[in-house]
Amino acid sequence: MWLYLRYTATHFRTQMQYPGSLGLQVLGSVMFTAVEFVGVWALLDRFGSVRGWQLAEVAVLYGVVMVGFATAEATGRGFDTFHRLIRRGDFDRVLLRPRHTVLQVAGAEFAFHRAGRLLQGAAILAWGLVHAGVAWSPARVVLLAETLVGVTVLFLGVFVATAAVTFWTVQSLELLAIVSNGSVDAGSYPATVYRRFMRRFLFFIVPIGTVTYFPVAALLGRADPLGTPAWFGWAAPAAAPLFLAAALLLWRLGVRHYNSTGS
Amino acid sequence: MTLSMRLAPYRGVLRARWRETLQYRLAALAGFGTQCYWGLLRLMILAAFYQSGPADATDFSFAHAVPYVWLGQALLSLFPFRLDGELADGVRTGSVAGELLRPIDLYSYWFWRMTAWRLAQAAPRCLLMLVVAVGVLPLVGLDEWALTAPASVGAGALYLAATALALLLGVAVTAVLISMMFWTVSSEGAMYVLPAIVWFGGGLVTPLPLLPDGLAAVLGYLPFAGLMDIPFRIYVGHLAGAEALAHLALQVGWLAVLVVLGRVLLARGLRRVVILGG
Repeated sequence: MWLYLRYTATHFRTQMQYPGSLGLQVLGSVMFTAVEFVGVWALLDRFGSVRGWQLAEVAVLYGVVMVGFATAEATGRGFDTFHRLIRRGDFDRVLLRPRHTVLQVAGAEFAFHRAGRLLQGAAILAWGLVHAGVAWSPARVVLLAETLVGVTVLFLGVFVATAAVTFWTVQSLELLAIVSNGSVDAGSYPATVYRRFMRRFLFFIVPIGTVTYFPVAALLGRADPLGTPAWFGWAAPAAAPLFLAAALLLWRLGVRHYNSTGS
Repeated sequence: MTLSMRLAPYRGVLRARWRETLQYRLAALAGFGTQCYWGLLRLMILAAFYQSGPADATDFSFAHAVPYVWLGQALLSLFPFRLDGELADGVRTGSVAGELLRPIDLYSYWFWRMTAWRLAQAAPRCLLMLVVAVGVLPLVGLDEWALTAPASVGAGALYLAATALALLLGVAVTAVLISMMFWTVSSEGAMYVLPAIVWFGGGLVTPLPLLPDGLAAVLGYLPFAGLMDIPFRIYVGHLAGAEALAHLALQVGWLAVLVVLGRVLLARGLRRVVILGG
């Protein structure tokens, strides 16, 4: 942990050397989220609601996904560029150091420009929570915290898993964007929007639907038309650590399978 | 020198770049899978909205939205999300000096090179997407989400013209960006901001006719609508007749403006350029 903080501090100093570039990066990533949310707002403005969810309620869902994704992305950014490490054979050096490989790769880069997205997600979430009329109780506060941690952990698992696949493919496959960016998109709407085969994917394969839809529905006090009991919202975020564990297992297999490309 | 001999170097560059880009077949396939998934996801979301809202919410029906979404996915790589990395590096590292020595017009050289690059990226995906969206989806029982034919033969012809213009328009936008690099060297700033604008202004986030009417009208006049929204709306018949022709004219107008702007920027940039290194 201490080592990870040291990595982070170094990256912060490096990136602050180019404040202009960092500023534009922040602006760029903020713009992306902003236009996507405008898109959500525009559709709700025209159609009124989606499967009974109003704008404020969808905003809560969207905010939860955004905050979790931005936190995970800032911390696990190293996995994003991991294929370069593999292609150049630089992973050899990582293996030589007497520290855990996951920690080293996670600390290889730190994306401070994601801070913008995090703030924005938090703002959307706060706005949604105020306007959705949540009946606050201690249990619901716990649920919100649990949800945010769950989503963050899930995305960390997604990053580890997609990076682990490069042990076999060497190249980074655009296909994996389904799992990472696709999950952001898919998680931003209530799972009842999707057809059953897509819901199965989002509940059981990459459980982004599980860790966002059920807890948020419980938080908002909405009955689930899919028929799960209310307490399930509190239990659902547990899918995230399970997914992360599976991802770490895949990573271990990958490290064992690793053949250096370098000389 | 005859005209065809004059054009020979540009044709050559178009062909070479096309071959080079096609080398990465696996990457193209993977990208294709991603786009199918996105298309399905977007359609499911839109379908849910259409089912939830009142029937008179919009004159842009779900049947309009289906081809709009698939075409957007099929032609995604025609549009200026990324610069041609080699050209951008050329300006940054100074190797553009080598290109200046060639007895050809640098802007045209860039323009056709980028055109080939985008075409080579888009063509295989586009064909595969047609196969899936027209052929496979009905087979697996999702026929209401399958890509339908253009609204009419005329719409199909106009659509082809509009798509060709969209391709050139996208290249002209990138040419402006690369020329700007003579001033900023790192074009990355613009490349962080641009994709979001193109996504939204082109109608990929939400089809433009579904945005609030005022916003849709403003975006309709910007060059980004010419990149995606205009051809797609012509295809589905949401724009027809004189209105469609007026929108084609808008595309031509923006293309002319951007090409002139790109040439002026490039000429100015070359005048002030100091190549570093030997």
